[in-house]
Amino acid sequence: MRLLRLWPENSQVRFMRWRSVSFAFSAIMSLVIVGLFFTHGLNFGIDFKGGTLMELQAKSGTADVASVREHANALGFGETEVQEFGGAAGLSLRFPIQEGGEAAQSAVVSKAREAFGEAYEFRRVETVGPRVSGELVQAGTVGVVLSLVAVLAYLWFRFERNLAMGALIGTLHDVLLTCGFFLVTQFEFNMTSIAAILTIVGYSLNETVVVFDRTRELLRRYKTMPDIELLDLSINTTMARTAITSMTTFLSLLALVWFGGEAIEGFAIVMLIGIVICTYSAIFVSTPSLIYLGLRQGAFQNNPAPAPARP
Amino acid sequence: MLHYSRTKTLLTLLIVGLGLLLVVPNLVSPEVRAKLPSWAQRTIVLGLDLQGGSHILLEVDGNALRAERLESLRDQVRTLLRDERIGYSGLGNAGNGVQVRLREATDLDRALPKLRELAQPISNSLFGTGGGARDLTVTSTPDGIITLTPTEEGANARIRSAVDQSIEIVRRRVDELGTTEPSIQRQGADRILVQVPGLQDPQQLKNILGQTAKLTFRMVDMSMTVDQAVLSRPPPESEILPSTEDPNQKFLVEKRVLVSGEDLIDAQPGFDQRNNEPIVSFRFNSNGARRFATATTQNVGKPFAIVLDNKVISAPRINEPITGGSGQISGQFTVESANNLAILLRAGALPAPLTVVEERTVGPGLGRDSIEAGTKATIYAAIFVIIFMFATYGVFGFIANIALIIHVGLILGLMSLLGATMTLPGIAGIVLTIGTAVDSNVLIYERIREEFHGGRNIVTAIGAGFDRAFATIIDSNSTMGIAAVILFLMGSGPVKGFAVVFILGILTTVITAVTMTRMMIALWYRWTRAKTLPF
Repeated sequence: MRLLRLWPENSQVRFMRWRSVSFAFSAIMSLVIVGLFFTHGLNFGIDFKGGTLMELQAKSGTADVASVREHANALGFGETEVQEFGGAAGLSLRFPIQEGGEAAQSAVVSKAREAFGEAYEFRRVETVGPRVSGELVQAGTVGVVLSLVAVLAYLWFRFERNLAMGALIGTLHDVLLTCGFFLVTQFEFNMTSIAAILTIVGYSLNETVVVFDRTRELLRRYKTMPDIELLDLSINTTMARTAITSMTTFLSLLALVWFGGEAIEGFAIVMLIGIVICTYSAIFVSTPSLIYLGLRQGAFQNNPAPAPARP
Repeated sequence: MLHYSRTKTLLTLLIVGLGLLLVVPNLVSPEVRAKLPSWAQRTIVLGLDLQGGSHILLEVDGNALRAERLESLRDQVRTLLRDERIGYSGLGNAGNGVQVRLREATDLDRALPKLRELAQPISNSLFGTGGGARDLTVTSTPDGIITLTPTEEGANARIRSAVDQSIEIVRRRVDELGTTEPSIQRQGADRILVQVPGLQDPQQLKNILGQTAKLTFRMVDMSMTVDQAVLSRPPPESEILPSTEDPNQKFLVEKRVLVSGEDLIDAQPGFDQRNNEPIVSFRFNSNGARRFATATTQNVGKPFAIVLDNKVISAPRINEPITGGSGQISGQFTVESANNLAILLRAGALPAPLTVVEERTVGPGLGRDSIEAGTKATIYAAIFVIIFMFATYGVFGFIANIALIIHVGLILGLMSLLGATMTLPGIAGIVLTIGTAVDSNVLIYERIREEFHGGRNIVTAIGAGFDRAFATIIDSNSTMGIAAVILFLMGSGPVKGFAVVFILGILTTVITAVTMTRMMIALWYRWTRAKTLPF
C-alpha cells in the first residue's frame, strides 16, 4: 500500500518543450546576478573582510540597541553595525577591521568587554586579522574552483565529454544562482557559505548524474529514438526519485531552519534554496543542454555545424 | 536473486553491531566511562563552538627573526674581523644582508674563508642535514667589499625552529594558567593554534602570549646622563630604553648583558618583607649565579637595570655583592602582574614575538544552546523523513528507516573511533545526511518498482533493482564525495567538521542502503513470500 505518491507513474511530461523558456529565464537570471555582483557585491562577513564580530546577550533580558549603538560608535573603532539578533535579549555587533595590522584588532575586543561586560554576556567573539581573511578568501575560491574541476574530471572519466559538459553547465548555473540569492538578500557571506556552496555543487551533480545515468542507459537500449524524446523519457523515469529525494532533503533542512538556532539558520536557508535550484536545473537546464551539446558520440559529425564564413 | 547467505548476514550484522557499539561510550556518564577498558573510552570531541572556549591563532613574527639574524650576523663579522686583525670600514646592512668593506683588498684571501665558516648547514627535520644547503651566501668584489646574505632556505628553517620552540614555551605558559586540556598545535609554516576549552575571556592568555619575555640584567651607563644621551647620541655600547611604568622615563643602559633570563631556573611571585609590595623572586643556575656574583662584586654602589623586552622594569643600586644565586625584582607590581611575570620567566623567552591573527571565542551558554538546537533539529529531521518514507514505501520505507537510523549511528560511531570533532556545522551535516541518505534507497526502490511494472516477478525485480541502481548510487555518491573531500582539504575549523561528517555519511550510506537494506528485504521476502510489492 502506498499512501503517498508525489509523482504519477508512467508520466509522459514533455519537459524538453520548456527549454526555450527555462533557458531564457536562466540566462536572464544569470546576467542579472553578474550585474548585481558589480553593483551591489556580496555582503562579506568578517571571515573574508576581517574585523570583529560579537554576539551579546543582555543579562536583564532586554537589549538596548540604541544605547549599545551609541556606546559602540563612541569607542572610536569606526562605524559599528549593531543589530537585534535572536530574540529580545540578543544583539550582534560588527566592528570594521582596524588600521595598524593584526595587533590593532585585539584592542576592539578588550575595549568592548570593558564597555558592555557589566550589562551583557558575551556569547561569541570573533576577530579575524587582515592576513587571515585574505587567506580564507583564497582558500574558499580555490576550493570552489577545484571542486568543479575535480568533479568535471570524474564525469569525463565516467561519462562522455558532452554529458560532462552538460553537468558542468548545470552546476555552474546552480552556483551562480545561489550566489544570486546571497546578492539579493544580502545574507552574510562567510566560510559557512562556502561550505553551503560546495555542498550544493555536490548535490547539483548528484541530481544531474542520476538523470544522465538513465540517459546513458536509454541510449544503449533505444538506438534510434530522437534525442528530445529520449531526454524526456530519462527525466520522466527518474522523476519519482527526484521528487522523493528533494522532498526528504527539503524536510530535513526545514528542520534545521526551524530548530537549528541562529548560528546555523543562514546555512540551512541557503541550502534550502540551493536544493530547489538544483532540482530545477537538473530538469530544465543541464538535461536540455544536451540537445545542443550533442547526445551521442560522434553527433557532431552527423549534424555538422555550418562552417563560419571566411572573408 | 533474493538469496542472502548466512555468512554475509552475520558479517553485516557484526560490522553494524561493532559500529553502533562505538557510540556507547558517548552515552554513558564520565564515571562509568572511566571504568571501561581504554579502547572503549573513545568519544566524539565537542568542538569549541559547542562546548565554549577560545581559539587563538598566533603567528611567529618572521620579520623580527630576520632583523635579529642580521644584527647577530653583524656582531659575528665584527668579532671575527677584529680577532683576525683585518682592517675594515663601513660594516652595515645592505638590502637583506650585511656588507663590509675591507681596508686592504689583499686581505680578501684571509677574510673570505673565515667568513664563509659562519654559514651553518641547514638542518631539515625531514631529510637530516639538507643536502649541503647553507643558511648564508658570501659574495665579494675584487676591491674588497664583502656581502653576506642569509638564504631564503635558512630563514625558513629559522622560522620553522622558532615555531617549534614557541610551541613548547606557549604550552608551558598556557599550562601555568591552570586551564583544562588546552590544545596547542602548529598550523602551516609559521602559525600556532591555541585552543582552550572553557576559556571565556582570553585577554589574560593574550597578555601572557603577547610578550617575548626576554629578561636581561645589564649595567646602567653612568658615563653621561640620559638627557645628554637623548640630545647628543648614546655611546655605541649603550642604548636608551624606556621604563615599563612610565614611557617618558628613560634609562641609558649598556648593551652588554651581565646575566640573561636563560640562566634562570625558577621565578616565583611573593611579597617584599619590608613594605609588603608584590615582587618576583628568582634563582639562577650555577653559571648565572657565578656571573651575577662577579658582576655585583665589581659594581657595588652602581645601579643595574632589569630589562624585560627592551623595557626597564627597575634599576636598583647594588648595595652589596649578591653571591647566593638568587634575588628579587621589585618594580611597582600588582599581585597579578607579579604573577604573570613569574609565569613568563619560568616558561622562558619566545624566540620571536607572536601576533594574534585570529581569535574566536564562544561562551558556554551559546555552546549549550547550539547543542540543544542541533539535537532538536536532528530529531525533527529524522521524524519528518521517517514518516515520509513510511508513507511512500510502506514496509520498504520502514526498512529504509531502520537503515537510516543505523546510518546515523555509524557516523557517530566512526567519529568516536577517529576521535573526530563535532561542530555545529557538523550537526548540520548530520541533518543534511539524513535527507540525502535515503536517496540510495529511493533509487533502488523506484528501480524495483519499474522493473516489477515492466513485467518481471517480484524476486527478479528486486534483484534487478539493486543491481541496476548500484552504478547510479556509486556515481551520485562519488560526485558528492569529491565535493566533500575538497571541503575537508580547504576548510578550517567548523567547516572541516561539516566535511568530516559528510564524508563519513557518504561512506556509510553505501553500506546501510545497499547491504543492510538488501539483507532486510531478503528476510522480508522469506517471511512473507509476497506476490506483489508493498508500494
